This record gives sequence, structure tokens and C-alpha cells, in this order.
Amino acid sequence: MAEPAYLVLEDGRFWRGTAFGARAARTAEVVFNTSMTGYQEILTDPSYAEQIVTMTVPHVGNYGITKGDDESARPHVNGFVVRELSRVYSNYRADDDLDSYLKRHGVPGISGVDTRSVTRHIRSKGAMRGVIGNNGSTVEELQELLVDYEGLSGQDLAGRVSCRLPYELQPEGEAAFHIVAVDFGMKRNIGRLLAGRGPARVTVVPAHSTAADILAHRPDGVMLSNGPGDPEPVAAYAAQMIRELLGKVPMMGICMGMQVMGVALGGKTYKLKFGHRGGNQPVKNLRNEVVEITAQNHGFALDSESFPEGSVEVTHVNLNDGTLAGYAVSGKPAFAVQYHPEASPGPHDAAYLFDDFYDMIRSFQARSAT
Amino acid sequence: MPCRRDIESILIIGSGPIVIGQACEFDYSGTQACKALRADGFKVILINSNPATVMTDPSLADRTYIEPITAEAVEKIIARERPSALLPTMGGQTALNCAVELGKRGVFEKYGVELIGANLEAINKAEDRSLFKKAMDKLGLEMPRGGFAYSMEDAERLVAQTGFPAIIRPSFTMGGTGGGIAYNREEFERIVDWGLRNSPVGEVLLEESIIGWKEYELEVMRDLQDNVVIVCSIENFDPMGVHTGDSITVAPAQTLSDFEYQRMRDSALAIIREIGVDSGGSNIQYGVNPRTGRMVVIEANPRVSRSSALASKATGFPIAHIAAKLAVGYRLDEIPNAITKKTPAAFEPSIDYVVTKIPRWAFEKFPDADHTLGTQMKSVGEVMSIGRTFRESLQKGLASLEQGRHGLGADGHDEIEVDSSLGPETRADLVRMIRERLSRPRSDNIFFLRHALRLGMTVPELREYTGIDPWFLDQVLQLVEREEHLRSVATLEKLEDEDLRLAKRDGFTDIQIGHLLGASEQQVRSRRLSAGLSPVYKAVDTCAAEFEAKTPYYYSTYESDETELPDDSDPNKTVVILGSGPNRIGQGIEFDYCCVHGALALREAGFETVMVNLNPETVSTDYDMVDRLYFEPLTLESALEIMRVEQPMGVIVQFGGQTPLKLALPLKEAGVPILGTPPESIDRAEDRDEFLDLAKKIGARVPHGGTALDLEAAVAIAGELGYPVLVRPSYVLGGRGMAIVYEEQRLRHYMRDALDLDPSRPVLIDKFLENADEIDVDCLADQHGNVVVAAIMQHIEQAGIHSGDSSCVLPAYGVADELMDEMRETVRNFAIELGVVGLMNTQFAIHQGQLYTLEVNPRASRTVPFVSKAIGVPLAKLASLLMIGKSLPELGFSSEPVPNMFSVKKVVLPFRKLSGSDPLLGPEMKSTGEVMGIAPSFGQAFAKATMAGGETVPRDGTVFVSVNDADKQRLPDLAGRLVELGFELIGTSGTAAALNAAGIPCETVFKVNEGRPNVVDRVKNNEVKLIVNTPMGRSSRFDERAIRMAALRYNIPCLTTLAAAEAMVTGIAALGEHDYEVLSVQEWHAGPSA
Repeated sequence: MAEPAYLVLEDGRFWRGTAFGARAARTAEVVFNTSMTGYQEILTDPSYAEQIVTMTVPHVGNYGITKGDDESARPHVNGFVVRELSRVYSNYRADDDLDSYLKRHGVPGISGVDTRSVTRHIRSKGAMRGVIGNNGSTVEELQELLVDYEGLSGQDLAGRVSCRLPYELQPEGEAAFHIVAVDFGMKRNIGRLLAGRGPARVTVVPAHSTAADILAHRPDGVMLSNGPGDPEPVAAYAAQMIRELLGKVPMMGICMGMQVMGVALGGKTYKLKFGHRGGNQPVKNLRNEVVEITAQNHGFALDSESFPEGSVEVTHVNLNDGTLAGYAVSGKPAFAVQYHPEASPGPHDAAYLFDDFYDMIRSFQARSAT
Repeated sequence: MPCRRDIESILIIGSGPIVIGQACEFDYSGTQACKALRADGFKVILINSNPATVMTDPSLADRTYIEPITAEAVEKIIARERPSALLPTMGGQTALNCAVELGKRGVFEKYGVELIGANLEAINKAEDRSLFKKAMDKLGLEMPRGGFAYSMEDAERLVAQTGFPAIIRPSFTMGGTGGGIAYNREEFERIVDWGLRNSPVGEVLLEESIIGWKEYELEVMRDLQDNVVIVCSIENFDPMGVHTGDSITVAPAQTLSDFEYQRMRDSALAIIREIGVDSGGSNIQYGVNPRTGRMVVIEANPRVSRSSALASKATGFPIAHIAAKLAVGYRLDEIPNAITKKTPAAFEPSIDYVVTKIPRWAFEKFPDADHTLGTQMKSVGEVMSIGRTFRESLQKGLASLEQGRHGLGADGHDEIEVDSSLGPETRADLVRMIRERLSRPRSDNIFFLRHALRLGMTVPELREYTGIDPWFLDQVLQLVEREEHLRSVATLEKLEDEDLRLAKRDGFTDIQIGHLLGASEQQVRSRRLSAGLSPVYKAVDTCAAEFEAKTPYYYSTYESDETELPDDSDPNKTVVILGSGPNRIGQGIEFDYCCVHGALALREAGFETVMVNLNPETVSTDYDMVDRLYFEPLTLESALEIMRVEQPMGVIVQFGGQTPLKLALPLKEAGVPILGTPPESIDRAEDRDEFLDLAKKIGARVPHGGTALDLEAAVAIAGELGYPVLVRPSYVLGGRGMAIVYEEQRLRHYMRDALDLDPSRPVLIDKFLENADEIDVDCLADQHGNVVVAAIMQHIEQAGIHSGDSSCVLPAYGVADELMDEMRETVRNFAIELGVVGLMNTQFAIHQGQLYTLEVNPRASRTVPFVSKAIGVPLAKLASLLMIGKSLPELGFSSEPVPNMFSVKKVVLPFRKLSGSDPLLGPEMKSTGEVMGIAPSFGQAFAKATMAGGETVPRDGTVFVSVNDADKQRLPDLAGRLVELGFELIGTSGTAAALNAAGIPCETVFKVNEGRPNVVDRVKNNEVKLIVNTPMGRSSRFDERAIRMAALRYNIPCLTTLAAAEAMVTGIAALGEHDYEVLSVQEWHAGPSA
């Protein structure tokens, strides 16, 4: 007999479904993702720390789990909500099924939920705190857990998921550059693309690294990675580091990296009603008028009006809601985007940004040499 | 880049008649394009030879030409209209080929016309397989190994590399015409020969077999700024080897990881850029080796396609509308997403349901045709269904095919009953049989997968035999498990609510559940409702609910009780129109035209219109056309649920053909108000005995006949009537099962088959009126007893050919005035007696100077769109207004129109696509589509219709004649005219002798069995330009068949009735006098008669 499981929201709304994955009860912020492929990359994206992810695509698990497709060492979500977990998987690359994978990594899942109704609820009421329970807890017991849960705002989740010690990634063949990537919760594909496109040796350093720590590696460029949750508590320590590096080392920011760089420049962040999570977000590159279809995953955004006059040039805008999607720092070799040029999952339209990064480094080096 | 203003007028080429491989989807795309371009202020000029389309309605374009889609006719239109641009991407392969031909003739330079949407270079690069292969090589993308052959020798060389089975595809043909899979040398030679002949450039592609690989399609759009988006991914349930048009397909793709999907997406972006489709949509097909992941590109279509229509309906993203906008310069980000209104069209839809497309075949009409599926498309229509899971979606689709099935089996109509009582030997036999069946793709294999699983075959085994992905097979297995569970519960009383809920969530219909639990549909329904189990309606919104949808496009599913229907609708002003379901022979686009027109008129009159249909090709399933669209099965269960939430003031059942008519009485019994003609009258007209009473009451003469429920009764009735007799099962459309029987033995044969099929269904037996002229009359009637005849059409072929297959002409000519008046009077009496409110069609025969009423159909008939265009009056629109209480005088339609031109309707037949079938007309309808020719004279109109149907009208050369004895009396006159026109005649001995005796020169040629060179040799040597061959009877059947097959193969017009031959000769003569002219429908009707 199927074991009952629940998804309970802070406003009292709840859904009943069937347990899968690990048996547990976990609080988190409840969000939805509209990607039609890429559940494994989503599960293992550290940016989903402290979140329960609802997939809008109904059949999940169809192609199993493939070792090489992890975006970090383990899943980071606190819970996974699907309309239907596939009981078999079919793919020539796969080596495991989703249910066993989540069990092994302690992530509770719930299947059989009307995920469209969850999505519609969040769309109209906003992303909110919630709890997933598939360990026999009743709805009341789960609601109890929510009472003391404060949510992810104000938490330094990046500090929690970041690497503890620096480590290095090597390109195939000879490295032309050396990049330091500040790990706020970095997806593996950022490292892969940095290494591959340079080609570059990439030193990944913890979130709390100082400018001095970073400069000690004598990098040609610095990547500020993606990461989970609220940018303000991260900016509280990282903004100083960024301010010190701006102008000294070419810099690129992705998602959290973009937000903390923005705060360092004097910009303000705010929480979006329900965020952008999916692989179909249109972004317009204002420099060439071309639209990129992008992968996005963020609940907070930078207010493009909040920057000090003349400090940045807005380069990219989200076409769905007009929010800031990218900027270049005026007069300094630095730019950042709110979305994910590393994709994984999602379209590769924005991968050119890694080449732009290296072009920026090259011209910075050329200028410095003269 | 905003909308271009340097273009004023745009010529759109339609796709012509409905044929296998090209159906209503291009009516949908063309209609969207017309609307989109006119909304931007462009003058739109349209050409399409198909009168049954919505797009050819004169209100949709500024100038509508119902003319043959040939380079010659289009050039005439260009010369007259001088359009600034031509959009060739909305009319399928027909339009694209026509554009290529116009390009070759230098027409664009001559008249300064710009090709928009796709340039000739891009078309060539995509369509010419050698150029395409080069382009793929350049991108580093793989294609199946192989190469091009221009001769049998080339092909021999290539097949040595590819081995067997080998895939053979001719270049530049639509729907894979002439293509095939060769498993051996004999098949190889036959298919290559076919292909070399069918390809307009004499080129065939020979490829390694990738049969059994996974097959995918991506729908891509690009704007002039080089923005590219993928609208939809589609995965085929059936693996490579079955034409995608014949495959069950699923959206979104279900078994691709993000890694694989993005690789495919990257390649699609690269391909559309490399091909150079600078604006608009394309469709790209892929094969993926399931064991290694090796991906190969199969083909790209640089135009809107059948798949784009499917993708549009599947996602809510209107590809054709947007492609039209892109063609005139808009960028994707400048066009709003019509569903959210707030977000731009520059995005990729995310869908949170599963869409399944299931093809509808018509093999029952072509018992001789090869039923195996391969690279040549054979289906005539399709259904699309939406569910939250693949299982729900699949079952909804299977219940919608209009083939008497109610889901994946377990519905009382199973081919095989598998239960525990079967002995081990029987089971083993069944397993052997099923294995054999499944190893060759056939149209009903999906049902056999279920049988196989019920017999204990495993998913890995089935994968082995079918190549179907295990994920899909497991879904089917889950349905089987659910079924077995229900079976084990045994009765409805013992069924737990939760089990019922789970069954409904898996798409089981009340009928299936009833079958499994020994209960009626009604009992299951009551039980379901008392358990509080009803579907909810969710929206198709392009964005998986991320944004609020403004456009009401819904599907049902069994989910939480959250409704997404608007709360401000007004049931008192709501009218529901039930659509016509999948295209099939006998019920096609004509009925969709009626549904759309009905809806448009009611919307204009201030009603809230609701459409129910699930044919993704159609205009009726465009959410733009109505206030609410339910993409749902047209079954009683589904309709009742929609009525429950809509509570409409009325339902219209008379526009959608047989599909909604079947629901009329049950709906009425359930208390649903039916608008227009009462359902009981429909029954009265259909039921033979009631019809005879009716005819008697109003004094109409009918052929003598009777109704038989068993064999002996049939023999007795026929004996009394005297042979030949016309036999048919009651309640059919398209003459299904209809036959003319000349002798008792054949009758016994026929009855045994009919009773086998359905013993409860009576068989109607009528005296067959030989050599009678047939007439079709369409009329309108209102609630106040006003009846106005809209058109009296004369069939060109005589009685015995199904009315849907015969050519007809309007106005009728050569019918005595008294008979015309008698018809008018009879029609009036029937309409009043039946209480018709709306449309009624009556079929008459004139036999030896006397008028007989053959049948009365108090509903829209397939002639409605043709007539509407011929008389310039939108009949379906008027009919819908009559149904809500308007009177004919109020609508300004009070007298029979007198057209100022001749309109000829001709049909197109699918024999070329269904190899093995005998290309012969009879009382069972076989045509898939129709064309119209309009001209000041009958001859010219007939000639135009002939050309529109894709046949040539020969001006000189040799005519082969061979007719039966009955026709020999009339032949000399016809033959004399041919000789006068400069033709030479050859004939079989009997026919030639008859002609020579009448003083007409005619050379004798051998029949097939008489020696060589025989007539078929002459045909094959391209020495014959026209064939007149009327059936001789059973003895010489084989000979004739060989002639007709050869004619088909070498595309030589072959007339099988003398009447058609006479019309053709009139047409040839008319063209000989002066070349035809083109004129728009608007101009034809601008005269005093409009």
C-alpha cells in the first residue's frame, strides 16, 4: 500500500500524495520549477538549498539518474514534489533510479500531487514556507514544524553550501588562464565551462574568502558563482571582497554572484513574489537586440533603479517581467548576469558569456601590458 | 525591427485538396496567416482550390481565388493582382513546390514579387537532400549513412553499402509518397523504380536502416533578428520506420535527459540558421540510437507543417500566426504571447500535461491495400488528447478515434479475449500470433501491446519486437495492471472509491470500467458522481501556470477540485458546438468549416460560444475562434461533463457530421437542450421504416426497398425487388459498407459479413436505379416554416457512385423544369414535416424521367462549404442563427440564388498512397478531399477542377477506350468528339469494333492476357494521354485493374464512368477554344446576384 505523504504550506493549504525518496519531514521555502528536463541537475544545484522544489512537468524520473549529470556532490533540495514519479527509467546513460537516489541522499519526495494547483497557489500567493512530510507525520504534526521555521531570508546559505577549502580544476591540455571562482554554491558546469573555454586552471575558493585570499592566487579573472537564498547576508561579507577586487581583476558574476556584486556597487536586492525557475526565460541582450532563452533559478533580484547614477550599464533584461538580467560595471572590467549561462539544465544560448569573460580578460591584460 | 511597410499586398498559397499527408492543418495555418496579416493592414490575396476550407471564406481575405494551385494559374493571379510579396510557407508541400516552380519560371523577377517567410535557397537547401546533406556535414551533424541515386545503377551501388533493410525516399514529395522500406531485393527494385518516377527531380535517397531507433521532432521558430526558439519537442511512441504521420506521438519528449535534449536543441538552432530559414517555423526530425545515444538528423521542413499544427495545439503557441508576423518583419519579442497577453512570444513554452496524437486510418475502406505501416504515410486523420499523464492522455485519444473503441481495450470490442480460462496451448498460439503481428508495424498494434502484456509477455520482450521505448511500454503495462485490478474487484458495488478515482486518473472511461465490472456506462456514471468524482478543467497556457492565462483553452483531468474555468460566463447566452472529431473518409474538413462558421456567427450575434473537438489540425480547435475551447473527446461521457460545468442554453449537433449526431438523443434524454432540428427528426430520417412512412405522408417517391435483420429476410426482399439492389447498414456516413449487388450469391456473402460485424444493426436493401442521374439539394429552414433552397447540384457520375465521390456541378443543367420544381416542393415538404431548423440535404435520383428521393439528411452535409462559395451565401452561419430563433426573411435569405457562373466540385482519391487498392469508384466513399473549379462555362469549370485535382487535361495525343456493353451505345458520340478534337483512339477489340462499326477510327490493342505489346505496355511507354475504362463486370476484372493501376502509377487521367468522360471531353473542348481566366470569389459574387 502506498504510504501517504503531505506538502503543507504556511497559509494552511496542503496536498496529499505518496511517499518516495527518503522518509523524513523537512521545512523549507516551497518553489516551483517549469523545466521539462533536468531534474537531476536541479536536485544537485546548490542554489536550491533550503527549498522544496515542485516540478510542473508531470512525469519525473523517466530517464533515471546519470552520474556525470550531477551539478554538485549531492542533492541540496529539502524536498521534491512531483505529479508522478516514474517507476522505471529508460536511458542508455542512466545508472540509477530517482527514488533510490533520493533515498540514498536523505531527500524526501512526494508523488501524486496536483503540482499545477501547487504552482497556481504559489503564483498567486507567492513563494512561502512549507513542510514536506512522508514519514507518517500527520498534517497537524507537520504544521507544528512550521511554527518555529523562519524561512530562508536572512540566512547565509551560501556559506553553508560552499566548499570549506580551495580546490583546483584542470583543463584538458595547457591552461591559458588562471581563474579563481568564489563558491557561493557553484554548479559544476560553471567550473567545466571556465576550464574548457579558457582553457583555464580554475581555483575554487570558499564563499568567505577575502580579496587578499583571492589575490594570493594571482588570478587572471574572478568568477562569482551562483548560490542559494538571500543575497544580503552573503553580501554582508562578500561585498567588501568584491569592492577590493573591482578594477584589479576582471570579474564575472552569475546569479548570487551578480546580486552580491550589485550590492557591492551600491544596488539593492528584493525578494520576487515567486521567483524565476525554469529553462524558458527570455532575456534580451540590449547590446545586440538578440533574445536568449535562459535557464534561471532565483528568488531574489537586483533593483536596476537602485544603483548609484552611472555605476552600471544595464545589458540584459528579462522580457517576461522587465527585471534586471545583466549589467556591466561602468569603467571596470566586470559584468554579471542574473541567469545561468552554464545552463545545465537548460538552453545553451548564453554560453557566449564565458567567451566574453575571456575576451574581457584578454583586453584587460593587453591594456595592463602597455 | 517592426512590421514592414514597404509591402502592401501578400499572396498566400493554400494547400489544395485534403490528401493523405496534407490535411486540415494547412487550413488552420492559412486561416491564422490571413487573420494575422490583415490585422496588420496588409491586403491579403489567397489561392486555394479547396472549397471546404475556412480560409477560402470570402471574409477572410481581400481576394480569394478558388483556382488550381499550379504555377500557371498562380502566375495569372500574380499578373492580375501584382502582389508585393508571396508567402509560400503556409500551404504545405503544395505551396512550397508551387513557389519553387514559379521561381524557376522567373515569375518573381518578372512581376517584382518578393518571396517572404522562406527564400528559394532555403527551400532548396532543406528539400534537396544532397544540399541538405552537405549542410549537415558542414555543421558536423550526422545523417543516416547512404546517398543519392538517379538511376537503378546508382541505387544498386548504394545498397551494397547500406545493406538491407534499406530506406528509400524520393526527393520533393509530400507525405513520403513513393518512399518505402526494402527488406529484400525485389522490394528494393520496386520502390526505387516508384521513387525515381515520383520524384519531380528523379532523385531518391537510399539510406541505412535506422528502424527501431527513437524518433523525435523539434518545432523551431526564427525571426529576422536571428532569434530562435523551440516551441515544442515531440517524441514518437512508435520508433523509426513508421512515418511520423502514422506514429503515435507524444509531447513533450518523455525519455530525453537534459543533456540529450539540449544537444538536440543546439543542433536545431544550428540547422535552421544554416538552412537559412530567415523567418518563420521549421520542423526538424531526429533519430536516436537507444543503445548508444547516436543522434542523426532525418530531415527539416522549412515551413509550417502538420507537426506545427500539433505543436500549436499542444502548447497554445500559435506557430502559423507568429510565422506570418515574422515574415513581415516583426521580431519574436515584439509579438505578445496571445495566451498570457503580458509576456512576449520570444520564449519556449513549458507544458505541464502530456499530449498524445494518434493517427486515424481508413483501411476499412481499402481492404485490398497493404495495412503495414512504413515510411509512406497512410493515415487520413488524427486525434490529439491531453491528460496529466501519458496513460490518461493515451486512453482519451483512443476513445476519440471514432472507431468504436473506448480506450485501450477492455471496452467490449477486443479482438482477443484473454482470461484465465484459456488453456496453455491457446495462450502459446496467441503469443506466437501476437509476436508475429507486433514485429511488423500495423495500425492497431497499440491494442495488441495490451493483449501481449495480458498474456504475460514482458516489457523487454516487447521492446525487442517493437522497438518501443520501455518507458512507454511500462505505461501500457500500468494500464493493464489497473485493468486487472478492476477485473479482480469483479463488481461495481465492491469497488472502492479510491480505486475508481485511480482508474479515472488513468483515463479509463465509464464504459471500460462498466465492461470490467459488469455494469452499464450509466451505472458507473451514477456511482462516480455519487462518489464526487468529476473531472476538473485545466488550462492550456504555454507556461505551466507560471503566468495567468487569459485565453480559455481547457482539457479535463481527474485532479484536485480546482477549476480554472472563468466565473463570469453566462450560461443563458452560452451555446456549445460539438465538433466532428478526426478526419476520416466521409467526414472531413467540410464539417469543421460548418462548426467554425456556426461559432463565428453566434459570437457575432452576442453569444458565448463553446467548441468541443479534439482534431489538432482544424480551425475549430483554434482557441481564437470561440469563447471557450474544450480539447476533449466527443463521447457522451465527456459531453455530459462539459454540459455539467457549462449548463448551456443550447447545444448544436448538426454541424459536426455523424460524431455529434450520435450524441444528440442521449444528450436530449439527459436534459440537455439541443438547438435546431429536433434529434427525433434526425432519427426519423435515418430509420428506414420511419423514412418510408415520412415519404409516403408527403407523397415523395422512393426506390422500393426493405430492412433486413437476417440473411433470409434479405434474400427474400431482394428477390421481390429484383436485382440489382443497393445494400447498406443503417446509420452510416460516407457509404461505409454500401454495395450494389447483382446476384443472390453476392448478397448472401454481403449479409454474412455485415451480420458478423454487428448483428444488431439492420441492413437496408433498395432497388438500385441503374443509369439514374443523381441530384443533391441543400436547403435552409427556420422555426416559422420558411424553407429556402440554397442549391440544386447535379452529379456528373450516375447513381452507383457515392455522392461524396462523384463530381457535381451547380447549377444543374439539362434537368427538366418540372423535375426541378418537383424537387423544390419535395424538399419543402420534408423540411416542414421534419421540423427542420437549420440545414437539410436531400438526395434525389432521376430514373426514366421520374424523381426518386434517395435520402434526407436534416443536418449540415459535406456540400455546404462548396455551395456557400458557389452561391456567395454563408449557409452554416445562417443556419446557426436560424437555430437561435432568427427567421430566413430576417436574415435576408428568402429566395433560391441564381449563380452567374458554373461551379464544379471534383474529388481527390488516395489510391496512390494506398498501394494495392483498386482505383475504382463505387457506392462506398473513398475520396479524401475535394476541389472546385469556377468558370463561365461548364466545360471550363470542369477542366479547372480537373487541374486543381492534380490531373492533367490533355490537349492532344492518344486516348485508350474500353467500355462495357451498356456504354457502347453512347460511346460513338463521345469518341467522335475526341477525334474532332484531334485525338487518336485505341481500344480493346470489342470497343474498337463498336467504334469502327460507327465509322470512327480506332486501333485495336491487346488486353493484358491477349499478347504483347498490350494496353498496359502502351500506358507504361507513355503513349497514352487519357484512359476511358468503364467496368465490365467480374470476368474481366483483373485486366481492368491492371490498366487502372498502371494509369495511377504513370499519373494518366483514367475515367471509369462515361459521364465523367463526357464532362472531360467538354472540358478539353472548352480549354481548346480559349485559355481559362482566373477571377476571385469576391468578384464572382460582386455582380447583381450577390
